[in-house]
Amino acid sequence: MPLLSRYYIKAGMLYLLLALLANVLLASSSTLGLPPAINTLRPVYFHLLMVGWVTELIFGVAYWMFPKFTRELPRGNPLAGWATFGLLNIGLIVRVVAEPLVTIKPEWNLGWLLVVSALCQLAAVWLFVVNTWPRIKER
Amino acid sequence: MPRLSVWMLRAALLHFGLGVSAGALMLWNKGVPLDARLWLLLNTHVEMLLVGWMLQFALGTAFWILPRLGERRYGDVRLGWAACLLLNTGVLLVALSAPLNLTGFLLPGRLMQILAVALMARLLWPRVKAFAT
Repeated sequence: MPLLSRYYIKAGMLYLLLALLANVLLASSSTLGLPPAINTLRPVYFHLLMVGWVTELIFGVAYWMFPKFTRELPRGNPLAGWATFGLLNIGLIVRVVAEPLVTIKPEWNLGWLLVVSALCQLAAVWLFVVNTWPRIKER
Repeated sequence: MPRLSVWMLRAALLHFGLGVSAGALMLWNKGVPLDARLWLLLNTHVEMLLVGWMLQFALGTAFWILPRLGERRYGDVRLGWAACLLLNTGVLLVALSAPLNLTGFLLPGRLMQILAVALMARLLWPRVKAFAT
């Protein structure tokens, strides 16, 4: 299994744990008397699960298992592969930190971090699409 | 990889890119407001990612990778092509219904999706088997 796939899959498992932890906090908020601000974790939970776990697992397995691009570049442009990994994770982590803060502490004016997160994830996904497209081919 | 999988996986990639683009616009709008109407893209975002991307990616991969019925035999592929057409049309109808306020698109879109999944299930069913039987 290529190194990048291992990074994706292991990162995905960590995000899954974090997502489930966020869900435990959400589920126990009334029982434990947590402040209502805990509900800002709801979109964080969902995106940790769908981007952090599901998407990273798909990216990792697709990078590993899809048909080879060429003999010289079996998995497409490796730089694009690593850039995708970096941008997706930076975008997700920035979102996880900034999204609750934007609601809880609006006076900190951290909204621009969500723009950074959006652009990082957008670039990562289109890089993945462009790099994976030529590997989806008939034999 | 069979041609049907190529089409389904590439269509899934397009839905992925477009669905994430809609999500990125909404996230930007949450941080630095652009236009309140961008929230109308929420259903489009969810539909394109859950059905257009993930479901279609799984079905396209299953058609490629499940055990064949014999040497290069995938079953009645016409069912798969019909499913591909119905699924993508259904996703587009549902995805457009909310932002364009075309509520009449919603039910036909959902019916197309369920028919598509039924056709794919019919096509893939006999291929869910032990190897070499």
